[in-house]
Amino acid sequence: MSDATLILCHDCDQMNRIGEVPLGGSARCSRCGGLLFRRIRNSIDRTLAFTLAGMVLFLVANLLPFLAFKMQGQVTDTTLATGVRSLYEQGRPLVATLVLITTIVAPFVQLVSLILILTPMKLGFAFPGQVALFRTLHKVETWSMMEVFMLGILVSLVKLLGMAEIVPGIALWSFVLLIPVLAAANASLDHHLVWDRLGRNS
Amino acid sequence: MSAATVDGPETLPASCHDCGMVVYVAADPHAYAHCPRCDSRVHRRKTDSIHRTWALVITAAMLYVPANVFPVMTVTTLGQSQSDTILSGAIYLLHHGMWPLAAIVFTASVVVPLLKLVSLMGLLISVQRRSNWRPRDRTQIYRIVEIVGRWSMVDIYVVTILVALVHLGNLASIKAELGAVFFGGVVVVTMFAAETFDPRLIWDNAETPHDR
Repeated sequence: MSDATLILCHDCDQMNRIGEVPLGGSARCSRCGGLLFRRIRNSIDRTLAFTLAGMVLFLVANLLPFLAFKMQGQVTDTTLATGVRSLYEQGRPLVATLVLITTIVAPFVQLVSLILILTPMKLGFAFPGQVALFRTLHKVETWSMMEVFMLGILVSLVKLLGMAEIVPGIALWSFVLLIPVLAAANASLDHHLVWDRLGRNS
Repeated sequence: MSAATVDGPETLPASCHDCGMVVYVAADPHAYAHCPRCDSRVHRRKTDSIHRTWALVITAAMLYVPANVFPVMTVTTLGQSQSDTILSGAIYLLHHGMWPLAAIVFTASVVVPLLKLVSLMGLLISVQRRSNWRPRDRTQIYRIVEIVGRWSMVDIYVVTILVALVHLGNLASIKAELGAVFFGGVVVVTMFAAETFDPRLIWDNAETPHDR
């Protein structure tokens, strides 16, 4: 590797000549102050650990009971996907699709692609689709909105407070844990490093 | 090596949108090159950014009206029905003493979409008028627009969760209404608008930056 790297700022197109950046440090654009990249200690190990933990929590959050609603002896059990199905059944397929993509499909693709990129990198091998996969990850990230869904749960629970008894299921607790784990995985991912490694393989 | 070069008289460096590699692209505004690292198409500026962003912003502004006028859901308890719009949903929380939550919901679902539309229009107009007013601050506005948009989805999620939990017929049931469709449309279209806008256009006219 050369000691100076040329990087164009993504936001303002300024050419930046970046020397050695210490681990834990970051490089910013000299003109607009935008973040060029961040160097993270043990980025691949940490991201992989958080991602694997996230995958377990994601599966639990989706497969086990989420919330139960008790009112005058009647109980409704729900999983995370129940809302999507109810919206569809009420004739709102567009909204159902939007919720399906942002709370289930996008986070799942995000987790799977991170595992498929980082596990081989950790074990020292590579496969051809990884570059395309990492590009997909960039496109999907914006549409993964688990943390917003969490706020939605909070608001819904407040709205139902006076109306009925709400019984939280195991999936709700995994979901609550999933938010910080997913945030930690994103925060510890060094995109610059991953692209660099992927570039060397091809 | 960090830069790939293509021989030719008129090439300019461009940053690969996907992987950030420096790729040399012909100076012609419609020219593109393939990134040698990730194989995506690299343009110096996003294609037709101003026109496409305007189209999306105007679409979102038109969707914003029915999104707020039509109810997003109808709550039926013991045979009595009550419809809620985006705004009345936030006011409901306020009346029940949940003002911090009401403030969050009001910000996320009423203030954020409006601010996004106004900011994007302002950025578009400033670029079209070749303004060189505070490019750094305008870039910062763009970054904020990009980040906060997703939080508007909170109302859609509230409707989803309530609809899933409450369906006990006449005793208690909640139905998603047309407003939710338009509101979801506003969120999606403004997110696409933010993605289509190219912040580098702000700097194309800023020969002499005022601040560093």
